[in-house]
Amino acid sequence: MALQDKDRVFKNLYGFRDWRLAGARSRGAWDNTKALIDKGHDWIITEVRNSGLRGRGGAGFPTGLKWSFMPKNDPRPSYLVINADESEPGSCKDREIMRHDPHLLIEGALLASFAMRAHTCYIYVRGEFFREQEQLQAAIDEAYDARLIGKGNVHGWDFDIIVHHGAGAYICGEETALLESLEGKKGLPRLKPPFPASVGLYGAPTTVNNVESIAVVPDILRRGATWFSGIGKTNNTGTKLFQISGHVEQPCVVEEEMGIPLRELLERHAGGVRGGWDNLLAVIPGGSSMPCLPGSICQDLTMDFDTLAKLKSGLGTAAIIVMDKSTDIIAAIRRIAYFYKHESCGQCTPCREGCGWMWRVLQRMERGEAEKREIDLLWDVSTKVEGHTICAFGDAAAWPVQGLIRHFRGEIEARIDRRRAALKQAAECW
Amino acid sequence: MAVRRLHPDQPASFALTSQNEAWAKATIAQYPPGRQASAVIPLLWRAQEQHGGWLPEPAMRLVADMLGMAYIRVYEIATFYTMFQLAPVGRKAHVWVCGTTPCMLRGAEALVEVCRRRIHAEPHHVSGDGDFSWEEVECLGVCANAPMVQIGKDTYEDLTPALFEAVLDGYAKGQPPKSGSQIGRQASCPEGGPTTLVEFAKAGK
Repeated sequence: MALQDKDRVFKNLYGFRDWRLAGARSRGAWDNTKALIDKGHDWIITEVRNSGLRGRGGAGFPTGLKWSFMPKNDPRPSYLVINADESEPGSCKDREIMRHDPHLLIEGALLASFAMRAHTCYIYVRGEFFREQEQLQAAIDEAYDARLIGKGNVHGWDFDIIVHHGAGAYICGEETALLESLEGKKGLPRLKPPFPASVGLYGAPTTVNNVESIAVVPDILRRGATWFSGIGKTNNTGTKLFQISGHVEQPCVVEEEMGIPLRELLERHAGGVRGGWDNLLAVIPGGSSMPCLPGSICQDLTMDFDTLAKLKSGLGTAAIIVMDKSTDIIAAIRRIAYFYKHESCGQCTPCREGCGWMWRVLQRMERGEAEKREIDLLWDVSTKVEGHTICAFGDAAAWPVQGLIRHFRGEIEARIDRRRAALKQAAECW
Repeated sequence: MAVRRLHPDQPASFALTSQNEAWAKATIAQYPPGRQASAVIPLLWRAQEQHGGWLPEPAMRLVADMLGMAYIRVYEIATFYTMFQLAPVGRKAHVWVCGTTPCMLRGAEALVEVCRRRIHAEPHHVSGDGDFSWEEVECLGVCANAPMVQIGKDTYEDLTPALFEAVLDGYAKGQPPKSGSQIGRQASCPEGGPTTLVEFAKAGK
């Protein structure tokens, strides 16, 4: 069953109504936030844990559990850092939250920071999102003016929010690269451990959360953990912003229930696959780093973390890239490989060298200029990148290539055969 | 990774306007004492804006001095983060064409062709009249409105080559068109109207 309107968190997702404080209040934001704070730090963390909320930035780590890792009696300041460096190809949801419902994020930031005993929150917005930064800043200014945040605010928890921005580096979406960037350095991921909860921003305890994870917190606390956990499936609860791009009739961003069947999602909200369901070649279900799945196994596919992980793919950010049968799947993945080649920070050799290597081989495979044994070699190299780097970027670069080989090996081979046949024919004519 | 080098022709000096200098001081104050290096990206960006859209080497040194950073640390930032333009850009517009797969699937390659024909055959070169330059960039996070370009702070979405040419015409005339969807969509709402909260959307219009 699809999500009902009454259960939607992001009511102003498309910006049909006022995004400012007055509009947000009319939709229920900032309604007696003090009462939630009065229930205490631990109540908030427990409630978020019980809601089953899993991080919306891609990894799906339980948010409440992550918060519980923060130290309780530490002389250092604690920080909440919100990751708004939305850059995973296919993902375009945090942008809508920041420009159309920024107060959900700001209220969530206050509640999350209070729960983790942080008085300062930095929101790291990707550099290209100028208008989103402006709108978010305007909403923050309103919240300061209304004394909802700031020193001596009405909630009795001193709290500052600072909007920071990047300058065009996908790797800064990785939480420790983000912290490096926020400290004024190149975005090179840090070795873990120590994890940010013990040594994060400026060497202090830090939690990094995605925009959507934070923005759903006020609703979870107001409506109760059981409301949120009652939506979706076991271990995959709540509502989720799905971003549908590529070959559908009407691409869109839409809030739906976790675990909604892919076909229902596409047909209800995106007008279905261009040319009809049978014209589906493949989907990338969770942003470019998730391996593609062929249309043949998508009939009953449900969109949740666990189902997609079982299929050796993942929900990621729930950015669904749809490809119909007109797609050159090798070219589509080659372009993703170029993305990773371009965005590798260069710190770890397997990733720095491997990403470029995989891209160059895929360029040849796209034209059929390869040997069939190179397919196995490409797979092998991808496994040398995967799991052999400081951060998960190496995995993210390897998986799309592996998805291509796993499901479309025949297409690569056929292209090599076609080119050979054409060369042979040309030689005979000559 | 991408190879990024400083431009051979650099101005002799660079200074922030007094307005930008005041802004820089306020920005630095947002970070804890001793952590002023955090402001490096915002300050470099402001310098680039002031300098007509590209970042000259004296500006990097100025920012380094303001923040107490070694010059090499700031050069590293300027070459690592690809939004810093290291060579002059078009006077009226520097176009970012998103070329990553979601945009590619919906026709970004045709937009690149428009740039090659109309602006310059190569990215990062200024057009003959000095007004335009372009580059293909990686995902700009507007995938449900693909294909798209960004010019300055604004995005132009749901493009076709013809619609893109109209956007460029607007910039050429000094009258940039309205940003956002160029086919009249409301943000990332499905074309034709919302499939959720329908009454809410109607009342908001």
